[in-house]
Amino acid sequence: MPAPAALGPETQHLLRDLAPQVLGVIVRRYRDLAASEDAVQEALIAAAAQWPREGIPDSPRAWLVQVASRRIADHVRAEAARRHREQLVVSLVPADEQIALGADGAGANERDDTLDLLFMCCHPALSPASAIALTLRAVGGLTTAEIARAFLVPEATMGQRISRAKQTVDGARAGLALPAGAELGARLANVTHVLYLIFNEGYTSSSGTELVRTDLSGEALRLTRMLRRLVPDDAEVAGLLALMLLTDARRAARTGAAGEIIPLDQQDRTLWDREAIAEGVALVTETLPRRELGPYQLQAAVAAVHDEAATAAATDWPQILALYGVLLKMSDNPMVALNHAIATAMVDGPGAGLERLDALAGDPRLAGQHRVDAVRGHLLERAGDRAGAVAAYRRAAERTASVAERSYLLLQAARLADSGG
Amino acid sequence: MKYMLMMHSPGKGPYQIASWPQQDIARHIQFMRSFATKLGQAGELVGAEGLGGPDQARLVRAGGDGRPVTDGVFPESKEFLVGYWIVEVGSPERAFQIAAEASAAPGIGGKPLNMGIEVRQVMSAPPTDGP
Repeated sequence: MPAPAALGPETQHLLRDLAPQVLGVIVRRYRDLAASEDAVQEALIAAAAQWPREGIPDSPRAWLVQVASRRIADHVRAEAARRHREQLVVSLVPADEQIALGADGAGANERDDTLDLLFMCCHPALSPASAIALTLRAVGGLTTAEIARAFLVPEATMGQRISRAKQTVDGARAGLALPAGAELGARLANVTHVLYLIFNEGYTSSSGTELVRTDLSGEALRLTRMLRRLVPDDAEVAGLLALMLLTDARRAARTGAAGEIIPLDQQDRTLWDREAIAEGVALVTETLPRRELGPYQLQAAVAAVHDEAATAAATDWPQILALYGVLLKMSDNPMVALNHAIATAMVDGPGAGLERLDALAGDPRLAGQHRVDAVRGHLLERAGDRAGAVAAYRRAAERTASVAERSYLLLQAARLADSGG
Repeated sequence: MKYMLMMHSPGKGPYQIASWPQQDIARHIQFMRSFATKLGQAGELVGAEGLGGPDQARLVRAGGDGRPVTDGVFPESKEFLVGYWIVEVGSPERAFQIAAEASAAPGIGGKPLNMGIEVRQVMSAPPTDGP
């Protein structure tokens, strides 16, 4: 996304919001993601050059659609000419659409186009890493360089990943009709999963030394808000937005001055973002009782219980335990089971939590997972088994792939060992 | 010119640092953090990564059918690579200076560790005009 100095923040914002809509229209017409994206990029560059000089057009979206259409029509014509020379008379685009495309009307299909684009970028044929990159590029409007920086990979690598993802999507796409009914739900689940991964990548960066990469979380929030506007009746999308808001609200309190992790029960709650919490809680309150329950809503409800507690001691653990109980029945997820064990310990004592943990230890999906040992260390400490806790924290420290988390776990072990374990 | 600075830790068991007092661990972590920040601000840091523990390390070879054959864990190795920095500097002397600074990272009681830092030049592209 070009952003020269002459472009005011409002125009930049406008262009970013419009980019996925315009791309959705163009892809729908021309059925070629790679070529459409190039055309939209050119249109955006043209806008960035022209608008500061000549003013923003009355219908910026129609302007962009028209310019992008012209570019891609040129491209298709050139391509068609080439093919013609090769005795091939197949063109991707119906002849009547190749000439003089009118600007798109008053945004009749705006919603469908953007949604369609999201479905495409989060196509099940893509690996999560590819879907994330493509979504940030095509829907989020981030540059390849920005995405590469966020994921700490060379720009050339990210460029390659994105262009291969486009090829996969163009190859795997079966028609452009928006899915309906159960199919729509399944495709939406792909989209929410990708957005959730982007948020998490920003929130608990999985590599590197910085714990929080703000840009990705903010971007995931922006895209989820957009998705919620597109499907306002979907309770899980609302749940995901609430979960992100309620989690992100704690960001300022989550790390210390030197970047060290501060666990939930030791955070300075005055640093929590009250506005985000209020918005998240309102979403949960509005959605939970009325619609079909889903994992994001339940996780958001748990986050809401934490965020609404004035102190760590005031946390309503029985309610959290009940919520994890429902979640556990809904999905066979070992991480949910781990959280359920923690909640059990908070309600029924560390012994009960450790029993739960032992029952989980055989799950092959948790084999070698540092989280199990981190939780065990925490519960053993609460149970008064200092030596056992030190050993568990150290085991967890050796296994985590996060530098910040390793530091945290080593310090936990050392704190206990110092105190005479 | 670029150099890779490799930090090794004694093997045989878990990280040496794990058994230190809390205060010393905190001091060591703080040192490493500000060391990286300082190199970054000086425009000399190209990249730095910490590596996972040795109990997760595997030695991999291709088997007869080309599929991976893995070997590990290595509790007996004398030392293992903990992490590395890649720096871009004007002279080998500057790289040695940075390595010496890393070597003096604080250990128990704040005493400098004086650990060995292996310094290797990173190979570069050939000059554009060959002879």
